[in-house]
Amino acid sequence: MCLGVPGKVLSISDDGMSAQVDFFGVQKELRLDIVDVPVTVGDYVLNHVGFAIRRIPPEEVGETLALFDQILKEAAAGDLMAEDVRGEMAAGKDAGGESGRG
Amino acid sequence: MASPFDELKFRDPERARALTGALQREVDAAGRTLSLMHVCGSHEQAIARFGLRAAFPRSLDVIMGPGCPVCVTDTPEVDEAVALAAQGARVCTYGDMLRLPGNSKSLADAQSDGGNVEVVYSVSQAVDLARQRPAEQVVFFASGFETTAVATAAVLLSGVPENFSVLSAHKYVPAAMDVVSEMKETNIEGFIAAGHAATITGWGIFEPFAARTRTPVVVAGFEPLDVLAAVLELVRLVRAGRHEVVNCYPRCVSKEGNGPALEKLWKVFDVVGGNWRGIARVPRGNLELRPEWDHVNARRRFQIDTAAVGGSSRNVLAEHCICGTIMSGLARPSDCSLFGKECRPDSPVGACMVSSEGSCKIWHVYGGPPDLREVA
Repeated sequence: MCLGVPGKVLSISDDGMSAQVDFFGVQKELRLDIVDVPVTVGDYVLNHVGFAIRRIPPEEVGETLALFDQILKEAAAGDLMAEDVRGEMAAGKDAGGESGRG
Repeated sequence: MASPFDELKFRDPERARALTGALQREVDAAGRTLSLMHVCGSHEQAIARFGLRAAFPRSLDVIMGPGCPVCVTDTPEVDEAVALAAQGARVCTYGDMLRLPGNSKSLADAQSDGGNVEVVYSVSQAVDLARQRPAEQVVFFASGFETTAVATAAVLLSGVPENFSVLSAHKYVPAAMDVVSEMKETNIEGFIAAGHAATITGWGIFEPFAARTRTPVVVAGFEPLDVLAAVLELVRLVRAGRHEVVNCYPRCVSKEGNGPALEKLWKVFDVVGGNWRGIARVPRGNLELRPEWDHVNARRRFQIDTAAVGGSSRNVLAEHCICGTIMSGLARPSDCSLFGKECRPDSPVGACMVSSEGSCKIWHVYGGPPDLREVA
């Protein structure tokens, strides 16, 4: 449960309190109240239990995505890390389903 | 076109070999057995999943300490949640709390008894349930370290419906290292601090610990090379007698941490003493709601009748459970007579077999310690 999962900000609500975020093809709504610095569309954020907890600096995005992509791809059924990652992805509010990249 | 996923330098085998070679030389030069401790279930997952113990020198022990907030949640805390469900509240909690044993029942048992128990992935989902069911009392049984407690704080600060309350089992990260360092029988010479918790707290939070206990601390990420690099750095610090904090995870962790999140956290929570399951009373172990949040604190708001759910059908197997000794770094999961036999993920006896961050569950799933070292 202490893993955060990276996703790309697609849009931000008018009040600035939440964002639509894409996680490996799954779109979710995340809350922005505890993110460390303000985010804009196109940024990547770490999601923990439905909240963006950190804006990922652009130079680190490729590496961070690669790690989680590998965890999800390699994982056999019952893999604990992959389960935790999927749990984090499920923590956002549903926001329009699959975008087909998954 | 190159995929962004091609770049996996944190798994590069050349770098891994260079790191394990350097680690072997450092440990050989120390000329004795070194015991290091990490305090994060995700680190144990990474170590077990990638078989890193096979790459560690024979005379280096890397042990998981009390770094699973679910595992150290005490039985009376579970009893409170079970009692609230029995008293008619709708109890929402994270999935790995469901099978955590109380004195006689878990929340899964409460659910079988007809209680309303819901697994949520986010505290926000529990708040939504309260809005949808205004006639019910919805209680969020909250677990996790600061990383997760900030989310609980944020929902309370943004306003919750009158029928929503929190039963906090949140734990305080620095306590996990404090409790082990204060044990007389411990021989831990260095600590690896949890990476993502430090994303919130900042690595500066470990400086007083390092100075007071004269023990080095390294903050580490979760990739195989992150863990290897952190272990190497920690062995170097131990050998040099340097009692400092070194951040080996700068791509995620700063010294100050996440300021806006910490501000929210301390508006809502305070550090209090509490019992950690199987370990000890921990003077600064738990995060409890501040008095000004009594109106949403389930402990203040309801008469919780734990006597009605505790006691009589106490599980005799639990008396043979050594989770506390394991979390203190004094035994390994495979030392427990119940491990993989009476105690399994589908029928856990001890707390460490429940959560995906518990060392027993991790060893059960990934096959435990690599016997490669022992047969080599």
